[in-house]
Amino acid sequence: MGKDPQSSSRRTFYQRMIYGVSSLIAASLTVPAVGYLFPSRRKGNAGKGWTDAGDVSALPLNEPRELAFQRKRVDGWKTSTERATAWVVRTDRELIAFSPRCTHLGCGYHWETDNDRFVCPCHTSGFSITGEVLEGPAPRPLDRFETRTEGNRLWLGRVRTIPENGGQ
Amino acid sequence: MRDLIRRILDWVDHRTGFETAVKNFLYEDIPASSGWHQVFGSVALFLFFVQAFTGVLLAFNYAPQPGDAYHSLQYIVNQITGGRLIRGLHHWGSSLMVVVVGLHMIQVALWGAYKKPREATWILGVLLLLLVLAFGLTGYLLPWDNRAYWATVVTIQIAGLAPLFGEYLVEFLGGTEGVGVSTFTRFYTLHVLMLPALTVLVMMLHIHLVRKHGVTPSPRAIGKPKKKFYPGQAFKDLMAFFAVFILLFVLAATVDVPLERLADPSDSTYVPRPEWYFLFLFQMLKFFEGRWEVVGAVILPTLAVLALLAVPFLDRAKVKRIQQRTLAFAVVGVVLAGWLALTVAADLTTPEPVASARETSPGAADWRLLTPVELAGRAYFRREKCADCHNLAEGEPKMGPTLATVSQRKPTEWLMAHFGNPSEAVPGSPRPATTLSDEDLNGLAAFVLKLTPTNAAALEAVPPYAMRAAVIYQESQCGACHVVNGSGEESGPPLNGVGQRRTAEWLEEHFRDPQKFDPQSVMPPYDFPTGDMKAMVAYMQALPPELQ
Ligand code: FES
Repeated sequence: MGKDPQSSSRRTFYQRMIYGVSSLIAASLTVPAVGYLFPSRRKGNAGKGWTDAGDVSALPLNEPRELAFQRKRVDGWKTSTERATAWVVRTDRELIAFSPRCTHLGCGYHWETDNDRFVCPCHTSGFSITGEVLEGPAPRPLDRFETRTEGNRLWLGRVRTIPENGGQ
Repeated sequence: MRDLIRRILDWVDHRTGFETAVKNFLYEDIPASSGWHQVFGSVALFLFFVQAFTGVLLAFNYAPQPGDAYHSLQYIVNQITGGRLIRGLHHWGSSLMVVVVGLHMIQVALWGAYKKPREATWILGVLLLLLVLAFGLTGYLLPWDNRAYWATVVTIQIAGLAPLFGEYLVEFLGGTEGVGVSTFTRFYTLHVLMLPALTVLVMMLHIHLVRKHGVTPSPRAIGKPKKKFYPGQAFKDLMAFFAVFILLFVLAATVDVPLERLADPSDSTYVPRPEWYFLFLFQMLKFFEGRWEVVGAVILPTLAVLALLAVPFLDRAKVKRIQQRTLAFAVVGVVLAGWLALTVAADLTTPEPVASARETSPGAADWRLLTPVELAGRAYFRREKCADCHNLAEGEPKMGPTLATVSQRKPTEWLMAHFGNPSEAVPGSPRPATTLSDEDLNGLAAFVLKLTPTNAAALEAVPPYAMRAAVIYQESQCGACHVVNGSGEESGPPLNGVGQRRTAEWLEEHFRDPQKFDPQSVMPPYDFPTGDMKAMVAYMQALPPELQ
């Protein structure tokens, strides 16, 4: 470690190069790593497409039923068929298909005929037959599938969230 | 501000000693003779970090199960941002690691830096070399493609040749029942858990010893004032990292690492080929036959490792200047030349595996050798108008890829998804969804997977009657009782060669009324309409006599 100006300027050069080059190496490794760990949604094709949820001609008026159906699921490198369900209600105005997950923390809920409401057992949220929150901690109405009917068959699309004030 | 940072650093240092430790490390005294030739050890350490980093990343999207491993790797390479690059870095990083560790050893050997009191450092170094090779060997299986599979079959065989403990070694590697799930899991665990842990441990000991004894000075540097590691030598190390990193990055970005087709234990034509740094061993095996095989496979390599370990004890002369170490140069030169000669010989005499595997796969060149499922697949290909967008063999360009060249890269699930709903598997694909059943789609996938660049033209020219018959064969479920070309159940007589045994009239009559010929027959009557009947009879007659 000489004190003369030449050696100290060389020392500065070394230091700058060391910082520069190590940052460059670190960056060229982290940038691809970030892309890799957070694969952008555009490449995925999950959630696209419609699923046949079955025949709904026998569905009674204002009586929610849980429909079970087979759904295709693209999960990473695997495309699999899995069993899925939806709570389906025929009201006098429309046919609604609810996602079977409570909007609070995702538990499964069920219909209680006596109470005339959907009840989630986890933290006792309650929802009306059209999905509005009646009680409990649920932050928003039940999520709904996009629906389409072909003849008697109900087709389900993606799940849509209804914001807090009921979709105005 | 500066003051505050200083105080925080002091506070931390007082409690942890981190800063002091880093400073001690950076301001280590090194001999005046240190220079560019001493960067290799650091570069190896750097590469180890790169391997650990990319390896962990790969593991984030990798399914460690045979089959799934292959598909998840395909997913990594084809779908994930940066996946191809990261796999490339890991793959080429392992090759560079072998090169750098080799250079490091050569440097130490030429300079005689293993001499007293640094024998233990050298021995740990040899251990690290073996660990690097073990990484290469175990990692080779993890893509679970044909190459991985067959190379590991050979590895396990060689392990089994080891005298006394060969059997146990094979058991340890999970290879008792042949290469399979157990082998895979063992290799995976070795590769990602045990070897890294061992390597870190041995590396720490190795570095500890390097620092304990200090960097070996050249005889002329003894007595001269010492230098500090930082920043002069640190700069040289880092420049070396940079050079290696650029090389690695360019390799990873430009040279595709092959992913062959899924491991196929029935592909007996496959000639496995090890990674380049094992080619010399592979070549050496060719010189030893029969019961001498153990010499090339186990005894010589073991002796070589023992010789390496013994180096510091064999050469105990006083430290000399590098210019005077002629013997060391001679020995290193001979070893390198031998290694190079064996490697080149191996490279020249081993056929390229990919081509041989697919081109000679039996029976693929003639539609008569397809199974009815595959042949029906060919019919669905026509019926579903796949040819609107795809060529089977090279031809005038169409919107979709030519299938003979593309099918090797897609797994069955992908194909099924694509047939079922093309725009889902290939966004933007204009074809409408198909109406075929899953079973039919399977047939289509089986057919597409059968395509190779060499047989596509032949498989394009299937006569219409054969396609028609194959569909009828499938619909009538003839395969539930009969075997054609090795596919189907065996409760009824096999149909290969039935055309040689029976006349067309007999066949037709037999379809209509099997019990007329054999009252015991359980075959139901098939009264096909004229056109269908003609096709079925012609198909039966076209079947090859026996499948070799
Ligand atoms: S998850 Fe349903 S109430 Fe909490």
